[in-house]
Amino acid sequence: MNLLDPFFLEALVNGILLGGVFALPALGLNLVFGVVDVVWLCYAELVMVGMYAVWFLHTQAGWPLPLAFVACLPIVAALGMLLHLLVVRPLLTSPPINQVLATGGVLFVLQGAATLVFSTEFRSLGVDMPPMEVGEVFVSGTKLAAFCAALLGAAVLWAFLKFTYVGTAIRAIARDREVMPLMGVDPRRIYLIASAVGGALAGLAACLLVVQLDVHPFVGLSFGPITFMICVMGGLGNMLGGFLAAFLMGLIISVGGFWGTTEFSYVVAFAFFILVMFIRPKGLFAR
Amino acid sequence: MSGFARDVALLAIGVVVLGAVPLLSPPDYAMHVLITMVLTALAGTGWAMMGRFGLVSFGHGAFLGAAAYTMALLWNEAGLTPWLGIPAGILVAVAIGMLLAYPAFRLRVVGHYFALVTLAAGEIVRILIVALRDHTGGSLGMTPVQAPPGQQFLAMQFDKTGFWWVALIAWAIGLLAWRLLDRSMSSKALAAISEDEDAAASIGIRVTREKMKVTVISVALAALAGALTAQYRQYLNPESLAGLGISLQIVFGAIAGGMYAAFGPTIGAIITIGLDEALRIGFGTDFTGGAPLVYGLLLVLFMLFMPRGIAGLFERRARPATAKPAAERATA
Repeated sequence: MNLLDPFFLEALVNGILLGGVFALPALGLNLVFGVVDVVWLCYAELVMVGMYAVWFLHTQAGWPLPLAFVACLPIVAALGMLLHLLVVRPLLTSPPINQVLATGGVLFVLQGAATLVFSTEFRSLGVDMPPMEVGEVFVSGTKLAAFCAALLGAAVLWAFLKFTYVGTAIRAIARDREVMPLMGVDPRRIYLIASAVGGALAGLAACLLVVQLDVHPFVGLSFGPITFMICVMGGLGNMLGGFLAAFLMGLIISVGGFWGTTEFSYVVAFAFFILVMFIRPKGLFAR
Repeated sequence: MSGFARDVALLAIGVVVLGAVPLLSPPDYAMHVLITMVLTALAGTGWAMMGRFGLVSFGHGAFLGAAAYTMALLWNEAGLTPWLGIPAGILVAVAIGMLLAYPAFRLRVVGHYFALVTLAAGEIVRILIVALRDHTGGSLGMTPVQAPPGQQFLAMQFDKTGFWWVALIAWAIGLLAWRLLDRSMSSKALAAISEDEDAAASIGIRVTREKMKVTVISVALAALAGALTAQYRQYLNPESLAGLGISLQIVFGAIAGGMYAAFGPTIGAIITIGLDEALRIGFGTDFTGGAPLVYGLLLVLFMLFMPRGIAGLFERRARPATAKPAAERATA
């Protein structure tokens, strides 16, 4: 086959753009898992709340879109802190399965609450940017903008973790949670901050997704499972691994869709995930 | 009489007594709720077979769906009676389960990783059902072909009374399987495995084989529940028979009732289905979304304050150390 076929190139480009969208929630989940050691099963539902927040502020309250985006981040960050304080912190010493199930309960709560408040109707932001043509390849403007924002978000996160005192403490506690308290770091504070940052990343992901997808209470189920698989594939808690795995998964789905149907491409992606688990149970990029 | 014989006798009496419920000519709606409760209880019992040994699956919906769709497709396209279609469906589900579980156990995919692998498997089955829409009807679902008059028995298309009996017997099989496993050496071996795999292996326990055994039982019971649910409803839908949503509901029921006791998942099914129906009757459609909201809240509260579920309240305080659920102490 001809690898320079414009449709194939388009599939490649779309795969990379899709990977950028998956990368943010994968980073957030990995951050929380790496630091707090708890899997937020309801992570995609936090994104869903953020999407509703943007939709409500923009179309109902009449806020300009950029302002709604800016407001979305602290809203979801606050939700992340609330989740940590009310559900995760009391369960820190419980067996992991109880923690996962409790956050699974939060998943139902958020879905139910969204249904109650907004009904099951699909809500659309109704914004679209014109596609751009690069050579023979068409690139969706919204997807490209979302991709750039995702990379920017990842870069800001990296800088925060690398160059600030709190960021250093977060990385240290992810390395060794027994020793760090002895060095004068209060783990309770760090956990709370990590949860807030994880929530903010969900909020950013929400801003990127809400321009591409219609919001409804179960929208989380459409990208939640794949986000978890990306995190596990990269190695739970391994932020760089998750970031790379997001692009790998995006490419598989997009190229799979080029050869077959969309569903087929998801089957291939999930089967690939299971295969990776069997070959490298601790993740593709485990050290 | 030994404890086991007594339990079996009690179970048989229970099934006969419950089987007589239709004699009171309850309203159709009550029978519907009862049948749904019993089938949900069976699925939860199947899940908890693995769950109580720390093998937490988020993909059991896949087994419900695989069995239900196998059965319905065999009936619709080949005219094979569900009496044979259900065993065939269970075989397919067990085959999928073994194909997934063997490498997972062999390569020691445990804890979070195991849960997420099963989650992926559940999604694959759901998406496959949607993708094969020429046969399965995709997201719109499918209905089994109605049997010609006089052949309802062959087609397993009973009235509610008939289904109540079928469901009760299936549920009793599930409880019996639980009791038999408890009596066997396997349950001791599995308890040891869930505490420390290496230590268990070092004293000669065949880790993979024991895990496979309990997986097959668990999958078969869930598959039976799935096929019967589809046959009872006479409607199959990928969302209600496969995927993350239904998988989590099974888990929730088993946890709420208590996954360490034989009757726990049954109690959980009574609560979840009862709650569902009560909210529907009490609030009607104004309160759509209320049921998952209350479920979720309860699940969180259970985890915070009553992780052993309702059945945990009835456990004797002082029990020998071996009876303590291993999963509660396992840390990874």
